[in-house]
Amino acid sequence: MPSHLLTVITFLPLLGVPALLFLRSNDHAWIRRIALTISVVEFVLSLGLLLKFDAVNAQYQYEEYYDWIGRANIHYHLGVDGISLFLVLLTTFLTPLAILCSWQAIRENVKGFFIALLVIETAMIGVFVSLDLLLFFFFWELTLIPMYFLIGIWGHDRRIYAALKFILYTMFGSILMLVAILWLYNLAGTFDVPDIQAKLQTGLVLLPSHTELLLFGAFFLAFAIKVPLFPLHTWLPDAHTEAPTAGSVILAGVMLKLGTYGMLRFCLPLFPDAAHRMAPYIGVLAIIGIVYGAMVATVQHDLKRLVAYTSVSHLGFVVLGIFAFSTISIQGAIFQMLSHGISTGALFLGVGMLYDRRHTHEIKEFGGLVNPMPVLMSFFLFIALSSLALPPLNGFIGEFLILIGTFQSHHAWAAWAASGAVLSAIYLLWAYQRVALGDVTVEKNRSLPDASGRERLILVTMAIAIVFMGVASPLFTRRMEVSTNNLLHQMDRVQSVSRPATPEPGGKQTAIAPKPHENESLATISLRHVQP
Amino acid sequence: MIPFPAEQLANFHRLAPEIILCVFGIVIMVADPFVQAAHKRALGWLALTGTLAALASVRIMANDPGTAYSNLIRADAFSVFVHAIVIGAAVLAILGSFQYLDDENIQRGEYYALVLFATAGMGILAGANELVTAFIGLEMSSISTYVLAGFRRRALKSNEASLKYFVLGSFATAFFLYGIAMVYGATGTTRIDLISTALTKMVAEHGQVASLAILGLALMFVGLGFKVVVAPFQVYAPDVYEGAPTPVTALLASGPKAATFALMLRIFYVSFGSAGNFWFWAVWISAVLTMLVGNFAAIVQTNVKRMLAYSSIAHAGYILVAFAAGTDIGIAAVLFYLAAYALMKIGAFLVIAHLGQQGEKRLEITDYAGLGTKQPVLAVCFSLFLLSLLGLPATGGFLGKLFAFQAALDSKIVWLVVIAAINSVVGSYYYLRVIVAMYFWEPSKDYVPTKVAPSLTFALAIAAAGTLYLGMFPARVLEVAKIAADSLYLR
Repeated sequence: MPSHLLTVITFLPLLGVPALLFLRSNDHAWIRRIALTISVVEFVLSLGLLLKFDAVNAQYQYEEYYDWIGRANIHYHLGVDGISLFLVLLTTFLTPLAILCSWQAIRENVKGFFIALLVIETAMIGVFVSLDLLLFFFFWELTLIPMYFLIGIWGHDRRIYAALKFILYTMFGSILMLVAILWLYNLAGTFDVPDIQAKLQTGLVLLPSHTELLLFGAFFLAFAIKVPLFPLHTWLPDAHTEAPTAGSVILAGVMLKLGTYGMLRFCLPLFPDAAHRMAPYIGVLAIIGIVYGAMVATVQHDLKRLVAYTSVSHLGFVVLGIFAFSTISIQGAIFQMLSHGISTGALFLGVGMLYDRRHTHEIKEFGGLVNPMPVLMSFFLFIALSSLALPPLNGFIGEFLILIGTFQSHHAWAAWAASGAVLSAIYLLWAYQRVALGDVTVEKNRSLPDASGRERLILVTMAIAIVFMGVASPLFTRRMEVSTNNLLHQMDRVQSVSRPATPEPGGKQTAIAPKPHENESLATISLRHVQP
Repeated sequence: MIPFPAEQLANFHRLAPEIILCVFGIVIMVADPFVQAAHKRALGWLALTGTLAALASVRIMANDPGTAYSNLIRADAFSVFVHAIVIGAAVLAILGSFQYLDDENIQRGEYYALVLFATAGMGILAGANELVTAFIGLEMSSISTYVLAGFRRRALKSNEASLKYFVLGSFATAFFLYGIAMVYGATGTTRIDLISTALTKMVAEHGQVASLAILGLALMFVGLGFKVVVAPFQVYAPDVYEGAPTPVTALLASGPKAATFALMLRIFYVSFGSAGNFWFWAVWISAVLTMLVGNFAAIVQTNVKRMLAYSSIAHAGYILVAFAAGTDIGIAAVLFYLAAYALMKIGAFLVIAHLGQQGEKRLEITDYAGLGTKQPVLAVCFSLFLLSLLGLPATGGFLGKLFAFQAALDSKIVWLVVIAAINSVVGSYYYLRVIVAMYFWEPSKDYVPTKVAPSLTFALAIAAAGTLYLGMFPARVLEVAKIAADSLYLR
């Protein structure tokens, strides 16, 4: 009997929308409760995915396949593999926390706010589980509108500017991706991702190299804007800073990963040749992003903007790991996606709690906060440590795997990227020092209340997740490994089919060719070493 | 007594929608003097009955496709599809007019009669198999709409719209007529299907198409391009759309556009299919110009009605992208787009018609501030139409664009699609700006919302449901569009 679990998980949050619509709009308590209940049920259901998930199976699991628009060959095709599984879990994990953190902060138009959050959840899960290019695009675009409203209605002072910038940037990328999707359809005759992969692998469909490059470029641009990769990142600080806390958590926690996920799911397996050709440039951009993001974060005087820039830096690591093309680095990239979601989400939650008390993000307005609120500030330190990749916390595993994997093929890349890890310690600890340590500098801060019960619940949940991911990382990497290897095999095979045996002149190609077979064993070995 | 030819009788049903519309129109004209001013709305209900009856008769027409009246009219699946769009547009426009005309104090019978005559003209355009017949249809719909555009007699803008539309429109139809004459001179026929045969023969004998025929085609493109509002013949449109009473604008932007595109498809694809290399670049260039002019001019508008007028220019450009494909996938894409476009555009204009309030004085974007809290349902509706015009997934506008792009890519027209795609991002800016005003700005204090009339609510509900239906479950309509596309070439 086919399982409909994925459909249920994808659309359950959407069911909450009519439920909320029936409530009176000033019945805030019940609106919050129902939204929270739905998101918690959603999380529990999504944990069910783990039960029957077969870690040694490289195929898509929990697949569902139905006709949707027959004449246009568009299907309703869902499925998860080791890459998307945890991203779904990340989404369902962060949404209840985002709802909890808005409990008191959102007082106007409460109904609309929670409806937007639930719609975003459906859209994001839809992106991760869609295996049909058009279905994917549907959900991809669907994420934009509620986020646009979240920023534009409930954001801070410059919210309208930030919301428009966010949506125009993203739309520009995605519309070119749509053209590429249609072009691919005209070549392959289907929107079905596994189908297209199979056709490319068996050589049924051959992409001329310049076509492949253009298609890769269109897809990559859309994803790179979302991630965001270095020169395309300018929308991010505005959007993150102006969004309400829940919006920032969702934005940094999950939405940025839509981009890196897209690279893994589409750019690499569908256009491996182009990916290899562009990898040197992308790698350099990623490194610039890592260092530049870190340096800009250091000099911020707005705490939230600082955290926003750390995303540029951390996501640079992820892109670097993806385009180093080794099992370890890609596993590391996926792991880093998860841990960045948790730690940066937690950082934004912490910043949001400070904002709820003082209605400012200015660092100089704080100082010595550890005195009035020791609990909140201890957790803050803990989260900051996780974000700067202290072993054995979650951030360390991802960055470390990425660096090992990258080092195998590109010594210089790894060296440069490692400097980003050092910089992250500087900006986070310095910021923490200015905010929390020393004497209370602003008189108002002396009487701030410490974390409330609700906030403690959020912080403890986050802390547990941080430790769990750091200590029990094999639980995650084991399930990613087969899919990652499969991905690299696909790239390998497609390459050998689409390109004749003659090596490219200059020998550049060989320098960055993937070595998945060697890496498999390395991955397991190194992981054992990594574990404390 | 002249015997009534049996053939004519047997063919009634192939012209049934037009006959019904005209009969109802005449009845309304005759009845108008006998109806008291307070009860003029009854004539509107009569007109609505007429359009619904015509819509029902389209169904009868669909059951027995074929040609009628010495091959002047073709009742094929293609014609049926376009009939459904234009008559449907008339239904929505009439529903949206009741309250509006009361508010403006111009509730009159001839308004509804003119809408019916215009719709009949559009129906003839959709079914014409002969150029002079098409010309009659074009004039019928044009002259009625000239008058309708000036129906707010006391408003200066409305007068300007009517006059401008009339003067320039007459030029355009003259171009069209001149084009017909030249094509007749070159091929010896005005029948759309026979022109194709004549041209094929010409190519076989002389190796090329006579330049007279090409010149004729070019002149017809000018005349028809004016009616569908493509650049560089678009200059009149913003003024006319802005000045005309808003429900009339809703009709103008949807019905004539659909009907004229249908005629263009017949002429360009069927008659001049063999001369595709002649018109392809004309369409290509026109498409690019149309999209650029429409989108970039719309960005700087502060009047929402005028902005939507420019947006309808931009949309004509997207339709031309599908048009340029030159394949039956392209025809289906054009038809689907026209259906989706009619729904969302009428919906958007009807919302504006209501929000403009008496005298159409609240049309600036600042007047929309805070509508999201003042009239949430209306704001959600308007957002839906705007997002559909923008091309967001799950709306008809998205799939319209999708199929248009797909058809063009299928014919390897890549750059045009890329230009169209970038244009649609440019377009998203001004649609979103209205949403920004509605939801992100503080409500203006002096705004007193007025009640939405039940008939308007009904019209908006149909338009919104249709937009979502086409966006999520397009399979059926797409199927019918493909059948319609195939029927275009059937002999």
